[in-house]
Amino acid sequence: MRVVRNLLATPEGMIGFVLIAVLALVALFAPALSPGDPLRIAGRALTAPFTDPAFPLGTDRLGRDVLAGIVHGARTSLLLGLAAACAAPALRLCVGLAAGVSGGGGAPGRVGAGRALPTLPPFLLALAFDSVAGPSVPVVVLAIALGAWADPARLTRAQVLSVRERDYVASARVIGMHPAEIALREILPNVLPPVLALSAIIVAAAILTEAALSFLGLGDPNVVTWGSMIAEGRNVLRSSPFLSVFPGIALVVTVIAVYLLSEGLGKALSDREGAA
Amino acid sequence: MTMLCAVRQLSVTYRGQATPALAGIDLDIHAGERLAIIGESGSGKSTFARALAGLLRGGASVAGNLHWAAGDPPRAGRDIGFVFQDPSASLTPVLTIGEQVAEGARRHLGLSRKAGQAWALAMLERVRVPEPAKVLRGFPHQLSGGQRQRVAIAAALAARPGLLIADEPTSALDMVAPAEIVALLGDLVRNAGMTLVFVTPDIALASGFADRVAIFRDGRLVETGATGAVLAAPAAAYTAALIASHRDLATPPLIREAGR
Amino acid sequence: MNRALRLLRRRAIGSIPVLLIVVVLTFLLLEAAAGDAVDAYLLSIGGGDAAIAQSLRAAYGLDQSMPARLWVYLSSLGRLDLGWSVAFDRPVRDLILERLPNTFLLMGSATALSFAVGSALGIVAGAKPGSARDRVLSTLSLMLYAIPGFWLGLVLSIVFAVQLRWLPTSGIETIASGRTGLSRAADIAAHLVLPVATLALVYMALFLRVMRAGMADVWRLDFVLFAQSKGLSRARIVLRHVARNALLPLVTMLGLQSAAMLGGSVVIESIFAIPGFGRLAQEAVSGRDTALLTGIIVTSAVLVILVNLVIDIVYAALDPRVGASERGA
Repeated sequence: MRVVRNLLATPEGMIGFVLIAVLALVALFAPALSPGDPLRIAGRALTAPFTDPAFPLGTDRLGRDVLAGIVHGARTSLLLGLAAACAAPALRLCVGLAAGVSGGGGAPGRVGAGRALPTLPPFLLALAFDSVAGPSVPVVVLAIALGAWADPARLTRAQVLSVRERDYVASARVIGMHPAEIALREILPNVLPPVLALSAIIVAAAILTEAALSFLGLGDPNVVTWGSMIAEGRNVLRSSPFLSVFPGIALVVTVIAVYLLSEGLGKALSDREGAA
Repeated sequence: MTMLCAVRQLSVTYRGQATPALAGIDLDIHAGERLAIIGESGSGKSTFARALAGLLRGGASVAGNLHWAAGDPPRAGRDIGFVFQDPSASLTPVLTIGEQVAEGARRHLGLSRKAGQAWALAMLERVRVPEPAKVLRGFPHQLSGGQRQRVAIAAALAARPGLLIADEPTSALDMVAPAEIVALLGDLVRNAGMTLVFVTPDIALASGFADRVAIFRDGRLVETGATGAVLAAPAAAYTAALIASHRDLATPPLIREAGR
Repeated sequence: MNRALRLLRRRAIGSIPVLLIVVVLTFLLLEAAAGDAVDAYLLSIGGGDAAIAQSLRAAYGLDQSMPARLWVYLSSLGRLDLGWSVAFDRPVRDLILERLPNTFLLMGSATALSFAVGSALGIVAGAKPGSARDRVLSTLSLMLYAIPGFWLGLVLSIVFAVQLRWLPTSGIETIASGRTGLSRAADIAAHLVLPVATLALVYMALFLRVMRAGMADVWRLDFVLFAQSKGLSRARIVLRHVARNALLPLVTMLGLQSAAMLGGSVVIESIFAIPGFGRLAQEAVSGRDTALLTGIIVTSAVLVILVNLVIDIVYAALDPRVGASERGA
């Protein structure tokens, strides 16, 4: 596809793509790379990193393998981030399209929620949700998705409104195309590129939010995440700072990769639009 | 007539474009004259204006020479003033009119803030903007298109440049304003002894006040000469076609009587 | 001034329904929780029988129907009474008012610092888009923005507080030191350096990118070319024409980010053990204290609305086009 080629042509897109591919592979093959339950006690507690070849990144307070944690944590973080990022735009796109095509306010309830939710700090929303439903993966996903509601809804609606006015939409209406058909065939392809690029940002935000929630002890306690590893490491910060540092580096690399990919995606898609 | 600038073999190609926007232009610009650059869209006339003023955006390759009589190339603002086609886009929305008119003068003439404001007020009066004191403190969005263009002219002339280049200054304005703007430009230039290079697609408009005309087509100079001579007896077929396309009852007479 | 006041009043009135929606939504949301504050309280004291739970509920009004409780809550809100915190055994309002100043100090300093440094660096980067300086700053800001705030806080803590011992690791001031006046202020300042730096670094990256992007957009506009045709100095063009216009989307972003920044304080206050508003939220969640959590969320919404009102005024002051026509923004 031409878009993919454009993407890989930019330095940002290339680096981002490669990094994400590596991360995805690690996440996919986690059980093969690091067999067994990462939360099990594997060795002596608090082994320093780079000293024991069996535990290249050391072990934590309970003797759990740090590398295993990082590898399996990749799976959790990526999945969570992706899930939340998919749920959020899908929701928003629907609401935004509906509001835009119906030409104005839409149902007051929908708009009301759309205006009220951005006022709430997304993290507090996530906290509240967590406290209500108890920490588990689906809850975390929903919390992040709701928290990321704010701007893209506005963006989507604004985009839709400007595209709506364009001539081809008008002519489509004249021919008698059904509003839903107009939305799908005419409006959506033009609205999608900026929303897609923005979605990549949402993925990054979702990963960071999930990490923060896990760090505060509000994530799912049955899975290992980078956030929970950092929280664990906090207890022995003075003696073994590496326990918190390594998962953090993993987080930073992941988020940078997502940002780079989104920048590359933005460039690749806007090139296409410019040529159109 | 003394020469202001001798343009020799000027060629401009924009990045990414195969055909040059300007190809081998040879043109003399005389001091104190009013020269009209006439052509249809795509003829390269705007490119010529910007090349003359040194305002081509990065990525354009320029060949050829501009031989300025003064020796050194002219400084923007100090020696050349430029008026753009779209007055709304020329003025910064967040700064007052007074500040925007004064800043050229303050930079080149070393005026203090107070002196600059007084200068700006005088300039606004010269371009015949209604209620100049009020406009001085106002913002661009509060003015009409014609008024904004007058302000842009005032700002361009603030530092008293010797050459004013106007790139289609009336194309974005509606019915009555163009004639007024043209008349204004004519007066300003005549009173200050400035040179005016006026770019326009409208041959009838140019005929009203230009001393010389230069016809451009597809990046090349087709014909140049005194306005009366060219319009009465065009040497090139293209020029004849341009003139013919304007001949109807509504247009003002193309050939002026002697005494201009 | 008139224009600003009119705008302010219109916005303030428009905010009331939003606030109402927030309150109702929050209330309904927390209602869905299985088990309430009484359960959590009993859990914390090691259990109790049904009779005690019943009497506690009656005392706190938790045994009434949901619509009834919602009504009670709304009407008490009108009296600025935010309810009672079961976990702390104090009025919610007192708790919040006690904790807010610390958070304001933390967030205010961080916001001011990040805005000032971020926009300044953004101007430096945006003065010449595509230059080496620009690429370096853009890359650095991207990396900085990717760093999770809580991790950065930990790392800074490790380096400066643990290894170098230059700064204290936690708290907002040295406990029971008995300091007053300037000495106390200096002590608090020392304690706030790391948390403020952490917050500021992350948001500085954001403001840098927005300013830089804004400037890159403004450079393409024609009035910049006009300014250049007037032969103005580069500094003047960069500052008075480009940056001054690019400031507008930056200010808007500041408003949009205010909600997120309030959330960010939760984690930072947790790491550095600052007794602030954010920390209170975490404590409310772990204590399953619905009343406190609702109060916190409502207060947050009010704060965000207030901040946005102020931002709107600032924006109106910066952009003379605002409010010129009677259309709502």
